[in-house]
Amino acid sequence: MQPTIFGFIRRYSWRQQLVILLATVLSFPFLYASLDLPKQIINDALGQPDGGTIMGYQFDQLEYLMVLCSIFLILVLINGGFKYFINVYKGVVAERMLRRLRYMLFSQTLRFPLPQFRRLSQGELVQLINAEVEPVGGYVGEALATPAFQGGTLLTILTFMFIQDPVLGLAAIILYPVQIYLIPKLQRRVNELGKRRVRRMRRLAEKISETAGGVRDIRTNDASQYERAIFARELGRVFDIRFDIYKLKFLIKFVNNFIAQLGPFFFFSIGGYLVIQGDLTIGALVAVVGAHKDLSAPWRELLNHYQLFMDVRIKYDQVVAQFAIPGVIPDERQSSEPPDGVAVTGSWQARGLTVSDEDGDTRLDGVSFELEQPERVAIVGPSGSGKEELCLVLANLLDPSRGRFLINDQPLNELADSLTGRRLAYVGNPSTILTGTIRHNLLYGLVHRPVSDQPSGAVAGDPEPGEIPETAERRARRLKENALSGNSPYDSDVDWIDYAAAGLGEDEAERRRALIDVLRIVRFDRDVYRMGLKSSISSATQGDLAAELLDARRAMQAKLDADPDLARLVERFDPERYNTNATVAENLLFGTLVGDTFDLDNLAEQAYVKEVLEKTGLTHELLGVGYQLAATMVEIFAELPPDHDYFRQFSFIDAEELPSYRALLNRADPNKLEALALADRQKLLSLPFKLIPARHRLGLVEEDLQQKLLTARAIFRRDLPKALEGSVDFFDPERYNDAASIQDNILFGKIAYGQAQAEGRIATLITEALEEKGLVDRVIEAGLDCQTGGGGARLSAMQRQKLALARALLKGPDVFVFDNPLAVFDSREQVLVRDALLDYLADKGVFWALQNPGWSKYFNQVLVLDGGRLVEHGSFAELAKPGRALQRLLEDSDDGGRA
Amino acid sequence: MTLQKDVEVLRNIPLFKKIEPAKLKLLAFTSEHLEFVAGEALFKQGDVGDAAYILLEGDADVMVDTPKGEMRVATLGQNDIVGEIAILCDVPRTATIIAKTRLVTLRVSKDGFFNLVTQFPTVGVEVMHELASRLHQTTQQLGDATARLRQLENGAG
Repeated sequence: MQPTIFGFIRRYSWRQQLVILLATVLSFPFLYASLDLPKQIINDALGQPDGGTIMGYQFDQLEYLMVLCSIFLILVLINGGFKYFINVYKGVVAERMLRRLRYMLFSQTLRFPLPQFRRLSQGELVQLINAEVEPVGGYVGEALATPAFQGGTLLTILTFMFIQDPVLGLAAIILYPVQIYLIPKLQRRVNELGKRRVRRMRRLAEKISETAGGVRDIRTNDASQYERAIFARELGRVFDIRFDIYKLKFLIKFVNNFIAQLGPFFFFSIGGYLVIQGDLTIGALVAVVGAHKDLSAPWRELLNHYQLFMDVRIKYDQVVAQFAIPGVIPDERQSSEPPDGVAVTGSWQARGLTVSDEDGDTRLDGVSFELEQPERVAIVGPSGSGKEELCLVLANLLDPSRGRFLINDQPLNELADSLTGRRLAYVGNPSTILTGTIRHNLLYGLVHRPVSDQPSGAVAGDPEPGEIPETAERRARRLKENALSGNSPYDSDVDWIDYAAAGLGEDEAERRRALIDVLRIVRFDRDVYRMGLKSSISSATQGDLAAELLDARRAMQAKLDADPDLARLVERFDPERYNTNATVAENLLFGTLVGDTFDLDNLAEQAYVKEVLEKTGLTHELLGVGYQLAATMVEIFAELPPDHDYFRQFSFIDAEELPSYRALLNRADPNKLEALALADRQKLLSLPFKLIPARHRLGLVEEDLQQKLLTARAIFRRDLPKALEGSVDFFDPERYNDAASIQDNILFGKIAYGQAQAEGRIATLITEALEEKGLVDRVIEAGLDCQTGGGGARLSAMQRQKLALARALLKGPDVFVFDNPLAVFDSREQVLVRDALLDYLADKGVFWALQNPGWSKYFNQVLVLDGGRLVEHGSFAELAKPGRALQRLLEDSDDGGRA
Repeated sequence: MTLQKDVEVLRNIPLFKKIEPAKLKLLAFTSEHLEFVAGEALFKQGDVGDAAYILLEGDADVMVDTPKGEMRVATLGQNDIVGEIAILCDVPRTATIIAKTRLVTLRVSKDGFFNLVTQFPTVGVEVMHELASRLHQTTQQLGDATARLRQLENGAG
């Protein structure tokens, strides 16, 4: 990182700055000409009746005027053209430099030593990279252009004025020295304030992110008012600073404006005097006054530029100070390719490892040991004994403050990340889960470098809605622009998943199996299976799976048909029959909704639905049903308090709406419901759609109405207008329904109300049907495409840990470092997953920091830490003896005595 | 079986007879119809109690675990209510209920039952009545049993 903004500009944009400068210089003759021309028009064309000559051609007066005016117009266009080019070019340079700066800062963040993240909060980082560098980028575009252009303009205009009349020229600039003396003095104070403002804003950002992260603790301690007060205090500080800045800024503006307005005063007094004396033509005076008007603009720009420059210089210095810190991991460690012939198995030696935190407290104190990997090593000790730090050093995430860690005599922290990041795995607690699918998280251990240079077709990262896969041409331009801004040379949109790094071949089936295998080991497969059941697949891209799931549907139906005891649990979708366990809406639409054309809450207001109801004469009947339903609701919910939970759970009418329905019932004549106002009719019609006869048992949807709804169902589908096609995916016994979940597709019906244990038994049946067809793994794969939510929010803490473990296993490294990864598991799962992991990793190297020292008996070697020191190292049998530190730990722990 | 019929049934149950029809309708509407086949358990002894059941159709056996195996202690029929003790005093189920025939019940959830008791104190009083009379009955039976036990002991001694 360049220490000053000059260095940054010089290093990365000098060529572009030259272009801007050149264009600026080229534009000046035209600018000068356009200033001079008005004088010529007034003096020559208007003042001399016999016309004039241009380049040897003689014109009469009118022609001469027109020619000169045309030239003036052309010059205006040329000047405008220059301005346009320079502005656009400046914009591009500014954006590239901003992009480069942000990228550099982000890239630097990835190389921060871990303790830096304790010093610099997330909120501050965001503030630094997002907001604070914004004006820096803008300034870079202007850095040379503005002084050159505005300074040049100023000089041109001044030259012009001096040529017209030296006295007038002098008058125009006589007060500039005052400004040049005064402004920096004022500006310096603004700068000081600016610095303080930047620091305060950072504090504010930190406070906001702290509040968002700690809202639970704030509220359980009733500290929200306190937090508000603190925030208000901070805002007040920022306000004070900004207020002072405003005062100074406007003072500067006032001085500038005043001095600029002095110009005309001198022109009219001195210039007028000269004209009266006959020393100056009126044309020249008009031109000079015009030029002065033009003069104030560049001068103001120059002064503004100076202010901006000062502002930006502070920002840059302050930002860089946060990023250019000692201990940053060298770039080569992250950018270099994995070295040949270097392995992480072999001899592992710790020599006097010492880790101190930023306060100088020793976390690890002179830890030395030697062992051979692969080996199964337990790390035990009380909490705060240095287990966490040792794991971080072992995983090459933390550089020791003193001492060295050697693998096959090579310092671990000099090995490339491309080696340690692939051959070592680290799972701590809690682990980070990325926003995206489970599959994305699982494969995250394999995205080291792109494995192809062709785009995969999908939009990578986190596409905005409507973002489409790009054309080759656009892609080329994007990559070129990447390079111009010094951004990553790699394209994120190509295939990055390096299956070979995980030891997997080209075979698609083998790869898929590998994903599911690791899920099984960490016992995450059942969860993903359940997610898969609830997710949907596309029969367009997964036609074979859809066909097999249809088979499963048939198998399921055969099972139900064969056993009347099971058959009563499900009411299947039958195009010819009314489903009494489904809502009226579901019976009418008879399909799954796609998109939001049809809104289940406002179905009665949808134009096409209304049309179908009219056509089949259902409007009248449903009005009647709505009336009776409203009457029942008003009757039974009348005396409940409005906030009673029953409204949410059971009522067709919200508590707030109940009175309006009561009023409606009072004024309505049940025999003449059609006579009601449109709004009233809508209100009644909106009710019956959620009615489920088998559940609500209100006797309102009887045989006759059911028949009519069946007719309406047929008509709804038959007459569906083109525009609405695709907004309903109709139920069809012979077709897979893309919009519905896998589970619903297999069931193809509704679980019957009022049958004991129906849901559990049906779930078992579905699983059986899938198992028989060998489709369980395919459903798990569908589950892999489920979203984890922001930071894995949709997963439980245990699921997140399981996913992180599965990711480490899939990567297939040689040595695993586990820092108590099962802490959030319940005790049964802890044991089951521990055994499965140790079994699976039988021939791998494992370092495992244990919470329960009793587990160390499953390891070949034990490192016992206490207060940052290694107090014992040996086999479990050697150390589990009276008088040994391990033995004391075992006795102190819950089940240690029995171990 | 419609809501209206449920209300009729509920009105014939002594516990609910003093409640006005609209409240019974609410109870019926917020409760769930649940069908069991013969041999299926409504709940098992030791389970956590989450609902009471009103028998609408069919019979059910009340089984209790004893050291000598499961023993039938009573048979319930139409309009009987079962399972209310566990939800009233948060103890595990004291018996297992098994459908003797096809059984149709109205399952009143714990929340629903408490709602009824708190909203309508008369129901609370009725419940108290019912429980008091059962307690009385049980105390009497206990007295009888104790007396008989003593007789037996004396005879043996």
